[in-house]
Amino acid sequence: MSAQLEISEVSKSFGGVQAVSRVSLEVRPGEILSVIGPNGAGKTTLLNMISGFYHPDSGRLTLEGTDISHSAPSRVAELGVARTFQNIALFRGMTVLDNLMLGRHVRMKAGVLASFVYWGLAQREEVAHRRRVEDIIDFLRIQDLRRRPTGSLAYGLQKRVELGRALALDPKILLLDEPMGGCNHEEKEDMARFILDVNQEWGTTIILIEHDMGVVMDISDRVAVLDMGQKIADGSPDEVRANPQVIKAYLGDAKSVANGGQRV
Amino acid sequence: MSDLTTLPRLLQRNARELGSRPAIREKDRGIWQTWTWREYHDQVRDLALGLAALGFRRGDRLSVIGDNRPRLYWGQVAAQCLGGVPVPVYQDSIAKELAFVWNHAEASVILAEDQEQVDKILGLRAELPALRLVVYDDARGMSGYRYDWLKSYDELQERGRSFATEHPGYFEAEIEKGRPDDVAIISYTSGTTGSPKGAMITHANAVGVAESFRQVSRLTPEDTSLAYLPMAWAGDSVYTLFASLVVGFCANCPESPETVQRDLRELGPSTLLAPPRIWENMLTAVQVRATDSTSLKRRTFEYFRAAAERAEILRTEGKPVPPGLRLATALGEFFVYGPVRDQLGLRRTKWVLTGGAPLGPDTFRFFRSIGVNLKQVYGSTETTGLVSLQPDREANPSTAGRPVSGVEVRIGDRGEVLVKGCAVFKGYFRNDEATREVLDPDGWFHTGDAGFIDPQGHLVIIDRAKDVGALAEGTPFAPQFIENKLKFSPYIREAVAFGHEKPCVAAMVAIDPATVGNWAERRGIPYTSYMDLSQKAEVRELIRVEIRRANQTLPEATRIRRFLLLTKDLEADDAEMTRTRKVRRRYVADKYAAVIAALYGGADEVELSTGITYEDGRQATIQSRVRIEDVEEVATRV
Repeated sequence: MSAQLEISEVSKSFGGVQAVSRVSLEVRPGEILSVIGPNGAGKTTLLNMISGFYHPDSGRLTLEGTDISHSAPSRVAELGVARTFQNIALFRGMTVLDNLMLGRHVRMKAGVLASFVYWGLAQREEVAHRRRVEDIIDFLRIQDLRRRPTGSLAYGLQKRVELGRALALDPKILLLDEPMGGCNHEEKEDMARFILDVNQEWGTTIILIEHDMGVVMDISDRVAVLDMGQKIADGSPDEVRANPQVIKAYLGDAKSVANGGQRV
Repeated sequence: MSDLTTLPRLLQRNARELGSRPAIREKDRGIWQTWTWREYHDQVRDLALGLAALGFRRGDRLSVIGDNRPRLYWGQVAAQCLGGVPVPVYQDSIAKELAFVWNHAEASVILAEDQEQVDKILGLRAELPALRLVVYDDARGMSGYRYDWLKSYDELQERGRSFATEHPGYFEAEIEKGRPDDVAIISYTSGTTGSPKGAMITHANAVGVAESFRQVSRLTPEDTSLAYLPMAWAGDSVYTLFASLVVGFCANCPESPETVQRDLRELGPSTLLAPPRIWENMLTAVQVRATDSTSLKRRTFEYFRAAAERAEILRTEGKPVPPGLRLATALGEFFVYGPVRDQLGLRRTKWVLTGGAPLGPDTFRFFRSIGVNLKQVYGSTETTGLVSLQPDREANPSTAGRPVSGVEVRIGDRGEVLVKGCAVFKGYFRNDEATREVLDPDGWFHTGDAGFIDPQGHLVIIDRAKDVGALAEGTPFAPQFIENKLKFSPYIREAVAFGHEKPCVAAMVAIDPATVGNWAERRGIPYTSYMDLSQKAEVRELIRVEIRRANQTLPEATRIRRFLLLTKDLEADDAEMTRTRKVRRRYVADKYAAVIAALYGGADEVELSTGITYEDGRQATIQSRVRIEDVEEVATRV
């Protein structure tokens, strides 16, 4: 199977700190790939490079044959990469519905003038986009929250809306930066279910950064491990669990890993 | 009219005569989607033929599980068209209860709403030997499920359409075979004791009761209803399936259980059926919003509300309303009552019903006074949900109304209410012993409710006949009667009264976390959890005052002397209540035996250990010390 996203030898440093160093990774279409590693291992930097927020100092990122190493975030989004943020990035004063509609902005074609007039193209477009957004609302089971300002929602629900906003882009690849961070057990289970469903229903490739080892090992097809900016392992959850280097660098003593991997 | 004796024949009539009228709606993707009677018929036909193609035969049972969805209703009618029997179950039941019902009914097909429900069935698959086919409605998340006994709704209809070309006329011929005394539905009662029992309701019951209901309620095909109560509850079957088919009115399914209130307002149905709990919640919501608004608005609301209540009291007493008050209520209609009804989604209602449990007189009067035609209805699963109903001009909070046409009521031994007529069911499925206990050879059904007929001809229900006991000194004691007085307080969610063969009446009270929590917040009383809140001294005092108030409406001997606040609400998952929230008295008496002993033992405190069951069936025990309070009698106010 050929890679959908090919990351080859990318490096990024900030001042004297080498955040990511010569990391190569192939992301296959339709898989759930988790990137794990201790704090400061370079996970979020890697995600930022994929989504175009940072550009690598060296190395290349190729998305379905297109070099995106130096593409702007908006361009990467147009190409079908959406992301969620560790610290929720929604418009708190706007309703859930408006936040999701905004998420589709990149897919809207009508210009300012046409939108102003509204009839014709802009109206048809709005209706089509609304339909898609309603699918997402249905999918995420947030029908009752449609008209609620996102700022008034519980944290776990905001995380869900944040996922919805990313889905509104109709992404081919979805980057999730700690979608379960700060959630309680039940919210985590819901989120894990939604991630699996997105992957199954729409075949969306998912790149996940998550600290909860139980979740990572449960839902990932493949796990890549970063430590000090370098990739030290890459394989199925079982392989990674058994990798002595990983155990040493990240998961602590061998016993907790054998017990199914609790959060360290 | 003579051949319209089964529900499938009524469906054919509706498709023919009301073909282009709306039959059922569902809010989906934020929009109300409508199906006409013709489309309803075709959906049912394709589904029925799909079932037939996969071997569903006359007499087979099809169970449905999920929220109120058109497809789940169609599934039930499809089974009826083939001479099969639908068995709706409560979607929030725990696995053990589901397994019991499905096995007892020997359901060969289950129509499930979505993945969540299919997962429950998967977990029980090994225990369900009779199950041959599971059909799911919502395909979301189902792509990874590959079992030959699992089919999607669309797949099944596809099979049905090809079956139709191979067997023309099959559907119509099957409907033709249906007889009025065929079982139309098996409705499992949650039962306050023992395992659920499956009440067999025939097509004659269904059509007969729906016809009586139509007459007394002036229902027409123009009417609309909201289908949001559990499908497994007989009341919903009567209203959304039977009456809708008989009358041809349009039932409306909300988008999700969380959006009911908003959907109700959007829809503005012409009729509504709701248990007391919903009316109480609505009133609380109105009061909370009035309290939170500006002082001018609040005072306007209070003034007109008081005026409306005075006028309502005069009207019920048959006295004339003075012109000043009449003017006030006319203005109130414009400024307050109309807008409040609109906010609640009750603006277009010609009547609304409450039933299943008594409704507090204050709540009842509030809705009537703002112009909502609220009436009481009485019935049970075994009486096809309908025995008596209050006629329009005779609504009041204390009776259950007049017996509907075709239904006879008489009072038997120990004041038990007996019912005979078109509403009385055929018997319990595969439980002749239980059937013999309640159905005597002359056709009288023993409701188990104690009651009497008042001078006006209305039925009045007091309590469950078997629960009526006596205090040690001999005064008759009706626990439910006392509990209801307590539950009329907005702060009390559940109560269990004890007193049979005891020196006095004592009660266990579960507070309402929403109203008490709100009350505590407004007074700056901090709390962490239900348990913590329930044991605050201020909260105990609040409830003591509420109990004193209730005591004033009770006879001297049966006033509550002692009480304690439970550290958790009574729950159906913990088997303390039925799914329809009736206290399982015997079970509770056993479970809380130590507490009851302490209530009568004069202790100030008791060690309370409560077992709780999580939704997935796991169990845990919570230990806590609970204060016992005395309700010392204050000098009765004159």
